[in-house]
Amino acid sequence: MTNTADHIDLTTIDQVVIRFAGDSGDGMQLTGDRFTSASALAGNDLATLPDFPAEIRAPQGTLAGVSAFQVHISDHDIHTPGDAPDVLVAMNPAALRSELERLRSGGMVILNEDAFDERNLTKAGFTADPRSDGSLDDYVVHQVPMTKLTVDATSDLDVKKRDAERSKNFFALGLISWMYSRPTDPTLDWIKTKFAKSEAVIASNTAAFHAGHAFGETAEMFASQFKVAAAPQRPGEYTNITGNVATAWGMIAAGQLAKLPVFLGSYPITPASDILHELSRHKNFGVRTFQAEDEIAGVGAALGASFGGNLAYTTTSGPGVALKGETIGLALSMELPLVIIDVQRGGPSTGLPTKTEASDLMMAMYGRHGEAPMPIVAASTPADCFDAVIEASRLALKYRTPVMLLTDGYLANGAEPWLLPDVESLPDISVPFTTEPNAVDDEGEPAFAAYLRDEETLARPWAIPGTPGLEHRLGGLEKDAVTGNVSYDATNHSVMTDVRQAKVDGIANDIPEAVVDRSADSAGDAPILIVGWGSTRGSITSAVERLRSAGHHIDTVHLTHVNPFPKNLGEVLAGREHIFVPELNKGQLVRLLRAEYLVDAKPISKVMGLPFTAAELVDHITEGINR
Amino acid sequence: MTDIQLDPSKRGYWTSNQEVRWCPGCGDYGILAAMQFLYTELDVDRENTVFISGIGCAARFPYYMSTYGLHTIHGRAPAIATGLAVARPDLDIWVIGGDGDMLSIGGNHLIHALRRNVNVKILLFNNQIYGLTKGQYSPTSEVGKITKTSPMGSLDTPFNPISVAVGAGASFIARTHDMDRKHMIEVFKRAHAHKGSSFVEIFQNCNVFNDGAFDSIVKRDARAEMMIDLVHGEPIRFGADNDKGVVLDKGAAKVVKVADVDESDLLVHDERADSPTHAFALGLLADDNQSPTPFGVFRDTTRPEYAEAATSQLLAANEADGPGDLGALLRSGATWNVE
Repeated sequence: MTNTADHIDLTTIDQVVIRFAGDSGDGMQLTGDRFTSASALAGNDLATLPDFPAEIRAPQGTLAGVSAFQVHISDHDIHTPGDAPDVLVAMNPAALRSELERLRSGGMVILNEDAFDERNLTKAGFTADPRSDGSLDDYVVHQVPMTKLTVDATSDLDVKKRDAERSKNFFALGLISWMYSRPTDPTLDWIKTKFAKSEAVIASNTAAFHAGHAFGETAEMFASQFKVAAAPQRPGEYTNITGNVATAWGMIAAGQLAKLPVFLGSYPITPASDILHELSRHKNFGVRTFQAEDEIAGVGAALGASFGGNLAYTTTSGPGVALKGETIGLALSMELPLVIIDVQRGGPSTGLPTKTEASDLMMAMYGRHGEAPMPIVAASTPADCFDAVIEASRLALKYRTPVMLLTDGYLANGAEPWLLPDVESLPDISVPFTTEPNAVDDEGEPAFAAYLRDEETLARPWAIPGTPGLEHRLGGLEKDAVTGNVSYDATNHSVMTDVRQAKVDGIANDIPEAVVDRSADSAGDAPILIVGWGSTRGSITSAVERLRSAGHHIDTVHLTHVNPFPKNLGEVLAGREHIFVPELNKGQLVRLLRAEYLVDAKPISKVMGLPFTAAELVDHITEGINR
Repeated sequence: MTDIQLDPSKRGYWTSNQEVRWCPGCGDYGILAAMQFLYTELDVDRENTVFISGIGCAARFPYYMSTYGLHTIHGRAPAIATGLAVARPDLDIWVIGGDGDMLSIGGNHLIHALRRNVNVKILLFNNQIYGLTKGQYSPTSEVGKITKTSPMGSLDTPFNPISVAVGAGASFIARTHDMDRKHMIEVFKRAHAHKGSSFVEIFQNCNVFNDGAFDSIVKRDARAEMMIDLVHGEPIRFGADNDKGVVLDKGAAKVVKVADVDESDLLVHDERADSPTHAFALGLLADDNQSPTPFGVFRDTTRPEYAEAATSQLLAANEADGPGDLGALLRSGATWNVE
């Protein structure tokens, strides 16, 4: 680094976990997001964890209003946003109080000392000033008058003091960017674009960022600047992506791969709304987004569009899935393609809207009346959401069925570097519409039998309005197994129930087998198997790396397809001494596994609104083995 | 209304091979026949026509048309039809439902379809009772109605469907009844020709659970004194001797004897008025089945159709940003290369 002053060492570290925390209105998500992008451009591997309250602006300075953003950057392959932060940036006392317990012992605390007045201390529930009562003794503490320095830095500009103070997050960003040797140009460029509507805001944010950067270098407060080298990554072009954006892009991609117009019927709900926002920006792909009057209308409109030959989606979170249940059943009965995307959050009821959980699996599996089997696909990382949408769409189209895609709040808002796929290499998921009669009627005239199935897939023909000669009526009443006309015949209902199940079961022949990740030196099946699904992938991978280095012989398998299960899963589970199933719920997959395969799989549960830390999993698994 | 010559030989083309299973004597038969005859009159293709319904007796309607159709779930037909209309603006889409389907469980979807002005034609079969579930009071049943669920009389104030449609901003609002095929055909034809959402209330007799609910208005011997035929641009007059009329009195429509007023004071029907107050007043003229009741087109106005507007946004985006390029989209954020 050319700009490092004489008194400062440049220390190379292999990774760091930084947590930015402040009031909801302090711009911590923006700050964390910018630091992440700069780190991505520096070639680090990274994972992020935005952690914010449901209130848009909770009362200022209170614990309820604390918004945090954790980012883990490294020079090697990482899978989680990190267990315990190494650095906590606390913009006010509430942020310090709420977040300090997460910090590792000996970690660094950077405080905005201007916010530590008596009023804010009281609001945060401190009875004594934590800076002087010894409660920070275990940490390296730097107090920086961020508000004052920001106001000073902007004093030459034509901005009001109150507005200038709002740039203090850019001061913090400048300071941390200096401390971790981040490139500054991408952030300065970004400020210009992001705040293009106001020259004054550009000027004050830029000044605050520069001031923070300069402060680190000149204040003689920091003995060392750190460098995290680029992580060795597979060659190619990368971008930094969140799960919700990857989901929206996956929908656009699936439309292109299916050669069908995309339709999204949706109603805003946290944490899924960003998918609707993102997709609405890309109408030049012929994508139609429809903000419905409610969740039911969202899925209803999508089903109508599917009948019309569109690739139809609805996006929501748990409460919305509950409302959509009847329409999903109708789609299942009409056997029309439809993808329901559930960005899971803490429940039941309104629960924890902004916090992650994976407790909708049983609802996806069984949350409809009647015998109503539906395929389930689960994304495992933010970037994986892209592929998972394409896979869910492939199954929906090919088998003419609603498919549930499960992501969660952690994947939705979390980010990771994504090796961009070669568009040409993406699969063709197009299916033909039926355009000619496929049967003859009683008079021997050509006719359309709406439920005459493909022998291999058991999918019924998809004939869309506008196709002459194939006019037909679909409904929620039970249908004749061939013609699709209303049928109350008992035997026919039994046949139709079986065939709907058989169609979903048969998908097992059309999905990849479960891949077991084994220890490098493994000769055969390890005695211990960890089975995961969804966003626990990163935590499981990190925990198992640690357990393997400690000498444990452990295999893992991570499921993308939760219904049906991969057809080799029974063999994978067989003969293990221990099977552990970590889930962000009270044990849902584990019940399915026990019911399906009669194995003694044990749950590892967490419902704290946050992903598993690797350390938690290591502890649980170790305890389980030793029990 | 003009006189229509119907050709029964053409009706079969619009009739499906499914056995019609409404109760004998149900008003729905007449409405079905009117719709099938309407299509013998229209120059449209069967494959481009879709009937969508929810749940209820009326909701079986799509099975009996030889077009495309969906018999969906209770109350949701307007939402499902909206999705189809937005995805496929080329189609003719009708929504069929009863008073329970449209005004009770599906009330929300009805008002939003109307306010969006999406190109669907909504027919409300109003029989003021729940038929399929065997006779409970509906959201259009009168206060005090004795049914299985209201043995001491219903406490609910009913909806006036015309008021609901006006309040939701519907651009086309009409009323007809199941006893007059030609009137139905004329009204359906107008609804079909309208660009945007059309709302048609049909007085429909449920001869099993609410027989004769509208007899006081639509029976042949009652019609002259009880039915008010709305004709655009004409003063509103009715009666066997054409001796009654409608005036506005402090904003409310009121029936008067023409002899008692200056003829120039009679309300001139204006279905194209910018303000919905005229249609609203006429809708409120009668909502008790005991007063002279307007029939025909209350309102037929022009405002942007939703699917067309949605399509123009797609075209504008295409114009501004060029056709979507997936590779470019994936690279639209900051990217970096690893060697």
